[in-house]
Amino acid sequence: MENIVEVKDVYFNRGETKIYEGVSLEVPRGKVTGIMGPSGCGKTTLLRLIGGQLKAHRGQVLFDKVEVATLGRSDLYETRKRMSMLFQSGALFSELTVFENVAFPLREHTKLPESILQTVVKMKLEAVGLRGAGQLMPAELSGGMARRAALARSIALDPELIMYDEPFAGQDPISMGVLVTLIKELNKTLGLTSIVVSHDIHEVMSIADHVVIMANKKVVAQGSPEALQNHDSALVQQFLSGAADGPVPFHYAAKTYHEDLLGHENAPQKQGGSS
Amino acid sequence: MIAMLQRLGHATLENIRGVGAASIMLFQALVGKPQPLKMFPLLVRQLYVVGVQSMLIILISGLFIGMVLGLQGYTILVDFGAEQALGPMVALSLLRELGPVVTALLFAGRAGSALTAEIGLMRATEQLSSLEMMAVDPLRRVVAPRFWAGVITMPLLAFMFSAVGIYGGFMVGVQWLGVDDGAFWSVMQSNVEWQQDIINGFIKSLVFAVVVTWIALYKGYTAAPTSPGISAATTQTVVYSSLAVLGLDFVLTAIMFG
Amino acid sequence: MTTRTMELMVGVFVAAAIAALVFLGLQVANTSDSTRGETYTLVAKFDNIGGLKVRSPVKVGGVVVGRVSRISLEGEYYEPMVEMQISTRYNAFPETSTASILTSGLLGEQYVGLEPGFIDDFVEMLAEGDEIPNTNSAIVLENLIGQFLFSQGDE
Repeated sequence: MENIVEVKDVYFNRGETKIYEGVSLEVPRGKVTGIMGPSGCGKTTLLRLIGGQLKAHRGQVLFDKVEVATLGRSDLYETRKRMSMLFQSGALFSELTVFENVAFPLREHTKLPESILQTVVKMKLEAVGLRGAGQLMPAELSGGMARRAALARSIALDPELIMYDEPFAGQDPISMGVLVTLIKELNKTLGLTSIVVSHDIHEVMSIADHVVIMANKKVVAQGSPEALQNHDSALVQQFLSGAADGPVPFHYAAKTYHEDLLGHENAPQKQGGSS
Repeated sequence: MIAMLQRLGHATLENIRGVGAASIMLFQALVGKPQPLKMFPLLVRQLYVVGVQSMLIILISGLFIGMVLGLQGYTILVDFGAEQALGPMVALSLLRELGPVVTALLFAGRAGSALTAEIGLMRATEQLSSLEMMAVDPLRRVVAPRFWAGVITMPLLAFMFSAVGIYGGFMVGVQWLGVDDGAFWSVMQSNVEWQQDIINGFIKSLVFAVVVTWIALYKGYTAAPTSPGISAATTQTVVYSSLAVLGLDFVLTAIMFG
Repeated sequence: MTTRTMELMVGVFVAAAIAALVFLGLQVANTSDSTRGETYTLVAKFDNIGGLKVRSPVKVGGVVVGRVSRISLEGEYYEPMVEMQISTRYNAFPETSTASILTSGLLGEQYVGLEPGFIDDFVEMLAEGDEIPNTNSAIVLENLIGQFLFSQGDE
């Protein structure tokens, strides 16, 4: 099976903080790939690396066998037309109506006549069930509707790859269900490849064909949902079952509880020492 | 001591880095194939936001400053029996100094802070990232039209400010305090030079326009995408622009009139 | 806010700016300066120019007809030489005219006062680049006081 995205042994730091230490994963073409992991493990960073907004310090990120980081500006922009990203907040342009938001990429990158453009936008809005909401401003939409409108915008140019950044975060069960269905349907009907970054295990496991679990700056497991359910790693099992304590500790790294409460004289004199 | 020097060095380097980054930002925003068809509607929108919406505050401030100049000037000049010089005094103060400078300060507070907050918010709500992912350069799409709008509108606002201010001085000086109407205008005309005063005032406000808009855009573009980040960036825009305007005003005055 | 109203408002804005500029140009500044347009050059040598500056006015009977364009020291004896741009509307000064450096009011600025001389058959008109032969230098207050004290001593 062909991979549309391949990440090979990537190291990435943000300032002093190490985000990745040797991450490798594949995204098969035409499938829904779920990327899961605890909060703060750098899932969004991965999407930005694929989109070329960030550059890895070591290793390679390949999109359709081309290394994204080495592309020049115009090639990068050409490549980006083939992918799209659904941001956590939707990122709709607040000064444009929903209709104009969806029309935006078409107006920017195509020279379609107005009548065809109108038709295309209506089709995209219909696909997400918002054809009636075209004249609303983004501020008038509910969170779930805003995300669906953003989804319509991100499929406007018929990309090969859609990256969903936390599509389910902060959604009520109904709009969550709508989004799950939409992602699955769009992937099937438009022949897309989807990457869903999320920590909603249940939803991801239900739509993904391929799941990657990240933790501790590395990929700990990848495979089909069924394979992961039976994975023997304790970390994977902790994540999938949602246990509070385990290989990912409940406690932030600290000295022992006993020492912290009783050992004042041994405590390093660091607190408040920066003045 | 060493730590202090180190901090000073760090701060200096940070500032130089900031100026460099700001220059690169402006360069990338403005250089490239011009796309007048795409730019024009965006520019009109920004001219409206940046210019038209600043007009009212500029006109009212100009009128009051002119009236105060008329009143203060009269009380000083009348002691020397030189109240005929009120016209040139009001006109020259406005055209050379107050017009460009006060317009720039008001512009920084009214439009500059709004630009910073708007772009900072676009950054915070990922609209800028989203543009990038849609293969649209936010520098050229978002920053460039706002920059041109600022550069175009501020000199125009400064002209309005001076004109309204002179009229305010005329109202107070002539219509209220009784300076001779003919003398007010004719002495003004014989002392105000098109080249020396009006063109130089225009050059000043053009320089201020570039600096203030540039600072506002850079601060917005690099604002930390959080509420304290945007509020700090907005404050910095007003503070840095005001300081830059006042400092540059001295330099320009020294070059032009020194 | 539709595009149409926005464009309209921007139009109003630009029109207001142009109106302001026209007001400044016509009512405030002296664009109707007599040195605007066609001019010709006259020169005059003085012993002392006092506080005369470039751009000081040249007046005939109090009416501005031109401006000083250049001040330099000329010749073997370093005589102050004043170059003036006179409007071509006033192109008939006879060579018997006198140029004096005068002061407007007690504390005012200094200017060049031109006094047209007599005309008869032998007198030619001053043309581009000609020198005004008769000049009166600026009155320097210190010299005046010195002369006054000197003449007091004589008595």
